[in-house]
Amino acid sequence: MRILTYKLLLFLKLIGREFKAQKLRMGLTILAITWGTISITLLMAFSVGLDQQFAKARQGLGDGIVIVWGGQTSLPFQGLPQGRRISFRTESGIIDLIKSHVVGIDMIAGEFLRWGQTLEYGEKQINKLVCGTYPEYEVMRAHYAKAGGRFINKKDMDLKRRVVYLGTDVAEELFDEGVNPVGEMVKINSIPFTVIGVMIEKLQDSNYHGPDDNYVVIPASTFLLFYGDPFFDNLVYKIEDGIDSKAVEKDLFRVLGAKYRFDPEDESALWIWDTVEGEEISRKVFLGITIFMWFIGGMTLLIAGIGVANIMYVAVRERTKEIGTKIALGAERKHIVFQFMTEALSIAFVGGIVGIGFSVTICALFRLLPMEGALEFMGKPTVNWVVAITTVLTLSFIGLFAGLFPARKAASINPVEALRYE
Amino acid sequence: MENGTLASLTGITKVYRTGKVEVRALGGIDLDIKRGEFVAIIGPSGSGKSTLMNIIGCLDTPTSGTYVLDGQPVADMGIHELASIRNKKIGFIFQNFNLLAYATAYENVELPLIFAGAPGPVRKEKVMHSLSVVGLADRADHKPTELSGGEMQRVAIARALANDPEVILADEPTGNLDTKSGQEIISIFERLNSAGRSVVTITHDMTIASRCHRIVPIRDGLIESNTENGKDVDGTIN
Repeated sequence: MRILTYKLLLFLKLIGREFKAQKLRMGLTILAITWGTISITLLMAFSVGLDQQFAKARQGLGDGIVIVWGGQTSLPFQGLPQGRRISFRTESGIIDLIKSHVVGIDMIAGEFLRWGQTLEYGEKQINKLVCGTYPEYEVMRAHYAKAGGRFINKKDMDLKRRVVYLGTDVAEELFDEGVNPVGEMVKINSIPFTVIGVMIEKLQDSNYHGPDDNYVVIPASTFLLFYGDPFFDNLVYKIEDGIDSKAVEKDLFRVLGAKYRFDPEDESALWIWDTVEGEEISRKVFLGITIFMWFIGGMTLLIAGIGVANIMYVAVRERTKEIGTKIALGAERKHIVFQFMTEALSIAFVGGIVGIGFSVTICALFRLLPMEGALEFMGKPTVNWVVAITTVLTLSFIGLFAGLFPARKAASINPVEALRYE
Repeated sequence: MENGTLASLTGITKVYRTGKVEVRALGGIDLDIKRGEFVAIIGPSGSGKSTLMNIIGCLDTPTSGTYVLDGQPVADMGIHELASIRNKKIGFIFQNFNLLAYATAYENVELPLIFAGAPGPVRKEKVMHSLSVVGLADRADHKPTELSGGEMQRVAIARALANDPEVILADEPTGNLDTKSGQEIISIFERLNSAGRSVVTITHDMTIASRCHRIVPIRDGLIESNTENGKDVDGTIN
């Protein structure tokens, strides 16, 4: 065992010497592996960040929701002409009707909207869209309040409280930094409301009345008290998990068709935005992007591999004469082969570690950047360790084999020929 | 120094085949090299002298014939044994020195000792001893590029001496050197030889060959006349 260790040390001594000698070539090979590792791990890391962020953004509007507007009939039905407007009258009990007659609806809420309402706090005055809605809206549309606040609840509804929940941007516009809006009094059209919550900042990739950051939400009952709106502007419902949104839609046409007397086949009678369908498409698009990224990653790996193989191959070839000399001086085959193997592995190891180190650092630095605008969608790039380690191992093996075969060949050819090699 | 035959070659031929053409490099060589001999192999280029040298140095194998080195037929040896022979019994010197450019003189001389698996202190002692034999102990830390041609060849000699071999085989050691450096190399060979070591050298230069004890002229793969060099025959050999 001691002899073995000793021999190993001798080997390493030899190799260390040759490392020093081939600084440039070693440096280039390490660079090739480092570069390959960085490109692939970063590509995959950013792909993960992007994917997560898009998934989050898709849910910014709400997870599995459908928005319904009243439309205009395009078919005559039961003696009624086409071109009739369909409106959801508030007192019609439409919410309860849908809840009890349409299969697969988890939650439903109506929305009342008024644009250009004046909000006042102290000296500040802004115009915003005011939305009156129900407590279910909170979960469906991901309107979660920051710590210390809340969304409107059933009690607010029952008591027709003058309370208001503010979108993130609205709160920022009205209140100075450091002021906690919760509990403060703001005036909407000169009527005082108590702020009960401010929305947590969220990523949102789509909207229908402007981003939720800009929402001002009050209880539907309070809204009706002040504005007396006889019609819902639109309905929002959330489908139960695992239910086909198209089937629910069909059922909705049937139930509402019976109530408002339109043909259930008349597609323009209701305007429907099925975000479930959109999510499905977006998910597929992203799957496509991910596959594309893997493809590019694979190609990059291949190119890096070819680079490594090329450098190792040349390295061995150009040292053929040296191999011949060593054989003449009594080197055994193992001396020669082991040297190149260790060299290839060490290069790959160093290159891989440096590459992964760089990737992790770049990801960490990227997270420090202020995430605004398009950058927001880059999310948090995360190094996938399986990808990183697979990359390094693959490049190591390519380097190893590219070096091993010519080294074995050189070590087994006639030393006279090796010596003559120029 | 024990007398007797160090290397014995009988009916050695070497045929190279390039495509369909057969080239007969050696056509049947009979040659005995005794212990402590100083032999010059001379001949024009393409005469087969390098091939002969490579066979003596166990770097090449003959197509036919027998080669017995130190009492052992070389044909019977396995690759490990051959490596060991090249490492310990033979010290090879090349026309182009073949030093590792990136290694110091010390490291170059240390190489065969590393292959031999010699322990650290032994290596150090032998390297320094070999370098002092060729008068380069003070150049141990120099790289080949920092040395003159003559000095490089002396490092190569020190490297050949590191494992204390039975025989020094030199393939045109002075071919790339100026006359003065060449004479220095031969002087070192003479010193080594007078200390009892066998030396076989290939040369073109008759002034160098004339300083050897025996001249083996080769032409067209055959020994022309195995003549001994007049002045020293009775003095040193036997």
